[in-house]
Formats: sequence, structure tokens, C-alpha cells
Amino acid sequence: MRLEPINNPSFGRKLVPPALALSATIVIASLLAMIAGANPFSVLGLIIKGAFGSKFALLETLNRATPLIFTGLAVAVAFRAKFWNIGAEAQLYAGALITVLLGTGALVWPSGLILPVIALIAVFAGANLLLVPALLKTRFGVDEVVTTLLFNFIFLLFISMLLEGPLKDPMGMGWPKSARLIPEARLPRIVNGLRLHWGFALAIISALCVWVIQTRSTLGYEMRAVGLNKQAAGFAGIPVNLVLVKTALLSGGLAALGGFSEVAGLKGSLTLDLSPGFGYTGIIVAMLALLNPLGVVIAALFVAGIFVGADSMSRAADVPTYLADIMLAISLLLMVLAIMLTRFRVVRD
Amino acid sequence: MDIVEILFTASFWAAAIRIASPLIFATLGELICERAGVLNLGIEGIMVSGAFAGWMAVYSGTGLWVGVSVAMAVGMLFGLLHSTLTVPFGLSQHVVGLGVTLLATSSTYYAYRLVLPEVTSPPKIVAFQPYEIPLLSDIPLLGPALFSQTPLTYLAFVLVAVVGLVLYRTPLGLAVRAAGENPAAVAAQGLSVTAIRMGAVIIGSGLMAVGGAFLTMSAFDSFFFEMVNGRGWICIALVVFGSWRPGKAMLGAVLFAAFDALQIRVQQTSIGAQVPYQIFLMMPYILSILALVVMSRRAEVPAALMVPFNKGER
Repeated sequence: MRLEPINNPSFGRKLVPPALALSATIVIASLLAMIAGANPFSVLGLIIKGAFGSKFALLETLNRATPLIFTGLAVAVAFRAKFWNIGAEAQLYAGALITVLLGTGALVWPSGLILPVIALIAVFAGANLLLVPALLKTRFGVDEVVTTLLFNFIFLLFISMLLEGPLKDPMGMGWPKSARLIPEARLPRIVNGLRLHWGFALAIISALCVWVIQTRSTLGYEMRAVGLNKQAAGFAGIPVNLVLVKTALLSGGLAALGGFSEVAGLKGSLTLDLSPGFGYTGIIVAMLALLNPLGVVIAALFVAGIFVGADSMSRAADVPTYLADIMLAISLLLMVLAIMLTRFRVVRD
Repeated sequence: MDIVEILFTASFWAAAIRIASPLIFATLGELICERAGVLNLGIEGIMVSGAFAGWMAVYSGTGLWVGVSVAMAVGMLFGLLHSTLTVPFGLSQHVVGLGVTLLATSSTYYAYRLVLPEVTSPPKIVAFQPYEIPLLSDIPLLGPALFSQTPLTYLAFVLVAVVGLVLYRTPLGLAVRAAGENPAAVAAQGLSVTAIRMGAVIIGSGLMAVGGAFLTMSAFDSFFFEMVNGRGWICIALVVFGSWRPGKAMLGAVLFAAFDALQIRVQQTSIGAQVPYQIFLMMPYILSILALVVMSRRAEVPAALMVPFNKGER
């Protein structure tokens, strides 16, 4: 078999494969739920209800989507330029680390001043963490996939070391946990009484900014050009390595902003379980969004919905919550296949 | 005991060889994939699935070698999935690889929770026991270090030679290497690049799973979450470190394992106890990155690595 590009894909051609991918994901998930001894229809219903069925559930989903928007954007920006940043997890923790370093009493300023300062320094830290793999790639040709992946392990151990050492909260009953942020360093809630903080708004604003950068700026044009064809971009006079470094800085900064938002908006302190793999899940979010920054918001809500829904389903139907991860993995694999099939047809030879 | 003394104990080298074994299986697996032109980032998840499948098979009553075969079969299944998506369909090897890792890991955890819903400490199996090779194991220092290992360790080292021979001394190996260097030339010979690449990924993934199974069936005797703990990613670095050659990759794995065994022992010395243990745990990862930096300048990357091949396309 071989693949033949389709010049003018019809509307059906664009719609059917992704729809099939989504249906197949649901069918497989149902089968897995049946293996666990549950009624597949009730399991799917419980997931949807658990994610969007009540005001509490919906807010929980929005909260869970917030860090995923940030890491999804980080990955989308990087992957667009074919810079494979798999290290959003570490960059998120870098942002979180800065937030507790500065927000637990080191700076005692009013909210309007301390929050922007912390956010900016967090972005700076995350960007710089990714600068190392970026420079290793552009200077030495070291593959960034492996370096960013290994950085995740190194940085998490580093955080663990700090939490058991200098950052350990003396009032924390022995748990490896940082002190709590001062009230001024907490992101307030958007609406009083509703458990949703300004980090969500910041995430939406970030998505809009990234969209503007990608579609309306020279840098965005250069990033796309480098991603499409590095040689051609270089030939056209685009400084490829510089663009890659700028991409990396933007990507790392976005992920770090996610860490800032999680600590300042939701948790109030830093622990080692701040992120249940938001950095890795960001890759799924970005791919499902076809690397489109506005699509990232929708994809993050979908992915967060599956996680939150699966949590409550797991309690009600006694199906392991890992079903959510399986669903996401399958939808990721089938979706990249489906997207390809909207543009190519399979020809037998 | 100081560091120099540690280096001259048999138990240290025995540990190094033991730690190297799973890395050797998985590194060989990744090497075969990459030599054929496919980067397999599914490695981490495939190792998890192999670790669970082999252990589960033995736990439910099969023999140890059947368990190894079950692990291998599960790995090959994920290899089939990976290669179907990346080879004939030419999808991004990065995305598919990470997707396979996620799928293999989560379905393993799902299966684990289904079989053992409420356990806090997983049940143990009777794992592979060390087998002392007659005569050789009597050599001082070397004997207890090299020749009192479990059968799976011997298999790992035998496989290095086998993979090396097949890659460099057989027409099959030539075809695999050519598929990773110049797939158009392979197709011009009338061979199917698709079949060669898919075959390589499937076999390679099987070996990765055996590497995972080593952890539950030889190094330890039960399955824990997070037990693979980045070993797969380290193996990807080891392939680069070994310049895509089995012998060099094995050397890299042993070197790496020796370092790992050393850090465990230094941790227990009086000076080591004053350093936060996280520093020691970071070392393997830092070492891998340094190795990549040093080696990538002169590494001979397979020319068509990560380049999909679509017949008839120029």
C-alpha cells in the first residue's frame, strides 16, 4: 500500500475519519469497562455526568483543565516548530518552585504587584530550564526528546530534595511540603464563592496571545516555516537556530505559568504530587488540538473532563480510574491516524 | 570502605552486571528499531507491560520461560501497533511512540488493578535463581561477578553477540541496516521496506518487554508501579552512546550500571550519608545527558532514522 495526497478533500473526507476515531475510542473504552464487570453504558454516562453533570463537577473540570491549557500550549508551540519538548512537566515545576520561593514571605508586597512579578520570574525560570536542551540541540545536535525527558526526572528529584531540605515546612508534620503562600500571593477566585481561580482566565488569555503570535507575527511565521522545512527556512534567510531557541523559551515559559497558576490559584503550597503528569498530558492535549492554540482550550476541557469524570465513575462503578488514561492514549493514536486520512488516501499497489 | 575498595569487590561487579541486563535487552530492542529507521519511544511503556505480563503469567502458574515468552509476545503486540502506525501510515514517530508508552503503561495498570483490586503489597513469585556456571564461577573475583548470574542475564549477553552477528553478517541484517540508511535502495532491490521496518520494530519491542520482565522475574520478584522509572529513556540515550552498535551499546550499559551500583554503595558510606540521596538518584540521568553530549558529535546516525518511506514518492 502507499499514500496518495488528496488535493481538495471533501467535507465528508474531513469529518468522517475523526468521527470514526472518536467512536472507536468509546467502543474500546466500553469493552474495557465490560471486562471490569461494569455496564458500559452506565460507565460512559457516569463519566459524562461526573465531568459536566453538576456545577461542582463543571468547576472541577475547569480547574483541572487550567494547567492542561498551559502545558498544551507549551507543547503546541514547540511541536509546531518541530521542537520536541517532552519536558513540560519539569518546566511546570520550575514555575511552581519560583512561586513558593518568592510567595511564602520573601516578598511582602500587595497582590497587584507581587503576582505579576512572581508570574514573570516563573516564566523566566521555565524558559531557562528549556534553554539548556535547546542549546544542546542547536550547538551539539543532541536530540531534545531524550534530554527534556531526562530533565523531568532530574528536576523532580531536585524538587524532592528541596522539599525534604531547605523548603520543608516546619509546620508540615514531617511531610515533604513547602510552607503556604502568603494571602497576597494567592490568585483570587474569579467569582466569589465559586471554586475557580484567575489562573483559568490567565490560561485563556495565554491561548489568545499564542494564537496572535502564531498567526499575526513574524516569529509565528518563522516558527511554522522552521517546522515545515528546516532547510528551506534556512535557505530563505530565517535564522533557524535562533527561532528554535525563541520557541523553546516561549514553550518553557508557558508550562511554567501553569505551575504558577496551580500553586498560586489552587494548592497554595508545593508538594511532589502537584502535577499528576500535566506535562505529559499536555502532549495529548496539543495533538488533539492539532497544535492550534485555541483548539488547545477545547482539547484541555475534553481531556480534563475525561479525567474528572473517570475519577467519579471509578468510585461509583468500581472500574479502575486508569480507564481515563487508556481512553486518552487510544484517542491520541486514532486521532493522528484519522487526521492523516483526511489528507491522504490509501492506495493498494 | 572507600570507593577504590568497592571497585574490587565481586558483589559490586555482580550488581553492575545484574543492573545492566534489563538495559541490554531494551537497548538492543531500540537499536534494532532505529537501525531499520524507526525511533521507538514506546520503549518505556513496553517495558512496563513486559514487566507485568511476565510476572503475571508466572504468578498464574506458568513456568518462568513461558513467562518470558508471554512478556515478549505482549511487547511484540505493542510493536505491531507502533509499526503499523509509523511505517505504512508514516505517522509522527514521536507522537505515536509517546502514545504507545501511555497506552502500554495505562493498560498495564488497568489490568493490574483488575486482577489485584485491593492489594497494597503485590504478591511475590519464585523468580529466576542465579546459576553458577561450573568451573568459570570458581575464578576469583570474575567468577562470582560474571558467572553466578541468573539465566536471563546470560541470555542478555548472548543476545548482544547474536544481534551483532545478524546485523553485520547476514543478508537480513544488511536489509535492516539498509532500510535505515537508504530505503529507496532497498525497495529498488525488490524488498519491502515496510515489511523490514515493521519486522524490526516488532522484534525490537519484544526485546524491550523482556528487558521489563527481567525486573520482575530476575532482579526482583514482584511488580510495582513506577518500577521501570525512566529506564526506557535511558536506553534511548544508550543507543546513541553506543553509536548504534550492539557491542558498544552493551559496553555503555555495563558502564552505566557500574556507575549506578557504585552510587548505591557510596550512599551507604559515611561521606555519602551526608549528601541528599536525591543527588545520587539524579546521577544516572545526568550521566546519560553528558554521554549524549559527548557522543552525539561523532555518532553515525542512521541516515533515514525518523524518515517515513512512501513508495513511489521522490
